Amino acid sequence: MNNMRLENAKVIEHKQFRNDYRLLVLECPGVGLAAKPGQFVHLRIPGQEPFILRRPFSIFKADDRTITLLYKKIGRGTTAMESIRDGDLISLLGPLGNGFPLDRKGIFPVVVGGGYGVAAMYLLAKQFPQPGAVFIGGRKADDILCVGDFEAMKWQVHLSTEDGSAGSKGLVTELLESWFAGDGAGRNVEIFACGPDGMLKAVTRQAEKRGLKAWISLDTHMGCGVGVCLACVCKTRDEKGNEQWGRVCKEGPVFECRRIVWSDDVPTKA
Amino acid sequence: MSRPRLETCVGAIRMKNPVMVASGTFGYGPEYDGVVDMGRLGAIVVKGISLEPWEGNPPPRLVEVTGGLVNAIGLQNPGVDGFVREYMPFLRQKGVPVIVNIWGRSVEEYAEVAARFDGVAGVAGLELNISCPNIKEGGIAFGTDPGAAARVISAARKATKLTLIPKLSPNVPDIALFAKIAEDAGADAVSLINSIPAMVIDIETRRPALANTTGGLTGPAVHPVAVRLVWQAAKAVKIPVIGMGGISGAREAIEFMLAGASAVAVGTANFTDPSVTAAVIDGIEEYLVRKGVGDVRDIIGAVRA
Repeated sequence: MNNMRLENAKVIEHKQFRNDYRLLVLECPGVGLAAKPGQFVHLRIPGQEPFILRRPFSIFKADDRTITLLYKKIGRGTTAMESIRDGDLISLLGPLGNGFPLDRKGIFPVVVGGGYGVAAMYLLAKQFPQPGAVFIGGRKADDILCVGDFEAMKWQVHLSTEDGSAGSKGLVTELLESWFAGDGAGRNVEIFACGPDGMLKAVTRQAEKRGLKAWISLDTHMGCGVGVCLACVCKTRDEKGNEQWGRVCKEGPVFECRRIVWSDDVPTKA
Repeated sequence: MSRPRLETCVGAIRMKNPVMVASGTFGYGPEYDGVVDMGRLGAIVVKGISLEPWEGNPPPRLVEVTGGLVNAIGLQNPGVDGFVREYMPFLRQKGVPVIVNIWGRSVEEYAEVAARFDGVAGVAGLELNISCPNIKEGGIAFGTDPGAAARVISAARKATKLTLIPKLSPNVPDIALFAKIAEDAGADAVSLINSIPAMVIDIETRRPALANTTGGLTGPAVHPVAVRLVWQAAKAVKIPVIGMGGISGAREAIEFMLAGASAVAVGTANFTDPSVTAAVIDGIEEYLVRKGVGDVRDIIGAVRA
């Protein structure tokens, strides 16, 4: 039996977080309790017709009564979400997918988040007994999210922006690379990352180079969200090296990075 | 008035109501467990199975369009043995007829897959996929050529005693001809429609939105097309017709039945609302009560056309 539920979740709060970023707080006690870090929910967007697909969102925060989503207006679905008001009911399917592994003992956790990807990492960071280091990257200062949430947990916070308007100028993976050469040297690091494919591919290369484990959460368009339509596949390899299409919604969205066969089409910049 | 009768039959398959789930939209059963009460369904049609495991097309495999989806999954599946081993134990417990959608790359392969399912406990019928637009060999190549359709259906008929249901392509000039071919070749029923061949172009990159270039359109947009085809097919044959294409509520399902369908399948709408099948079943019952009809079979083909 899956632990997913189909609920009509009540909107407790929907507000602008910053520019195109918004916070959506939903009352859905069963889902909030069951959700594991890295899992996602599939929302039926009100007023989206004649478009029919649900939209997947990673869970930012969860408690015994609510879940909170932090999302960016990037397309048709998230634009239609502008009409969501406090008190509305939204059909929610979740929690879905395989989240991050929670049995990683004795490691120094390094979280890498690109743009709104960092929101998918908060619940994970919260369950580590000791603080780690978080690397948050974005195009510009406005895209740097959740700094206060990680600071409140006493994590080392490292920031980078491509235009240099916050933190160091450059890519978050370049900042991570220089950390490995300095403060990070000699630590028993495991990486946990969510962000654009290019960032995740660069993280994969860094983890491979240093012989580290890296758990990455993929962000793709989805159909059903539960593994039946086979639309959201990515090329994966098993332990024997056999390649197959893996469902991001079911086998993922979190994969150990060596399981992903990255396409040459994904640019890494770094 | 007592509750109307919802039972219906397709070939030797007795269904507690006329509502099934369409192949490719419900996986192999366990995926929706806990959210959908499978015991309420008239039947489950699982995703297309071939002789050997098949890896399907590269992504992107799916694109959303106005009123529907265009997909080119490419029939990825675990093969006969993988399916029977991994999923039949689960499906047998559900107390609901299981119809396996099957396909092959040649007449011989279709027949062999059909033969392999003959005698597999818990399998009630086979839907013969001669209409998938997204693979190079097999699929629609058999469903749009009258001679090939006759050969593949006859071969499958000889290979199995299970209820045999060829799934017809909408992409033919005369659907009645193909329904008749199926009937003459020994099919117990026909199902239609499969997806409608389609294409989407990303105007920014000027590239096709799907890696396969073309795909198949499904969802609410195809429903009126499907109703017309079901109506024409049902008039042409005596065997039952299963109507599908764009059902998102009871209204569309009832339209199919009025057009002549003995049963219906809900497909793409499962993605939007996994509980839609229950709403369709309840809605059909409410309609029958409202119209004073005591038996769902009395609305089959009852369109005043």
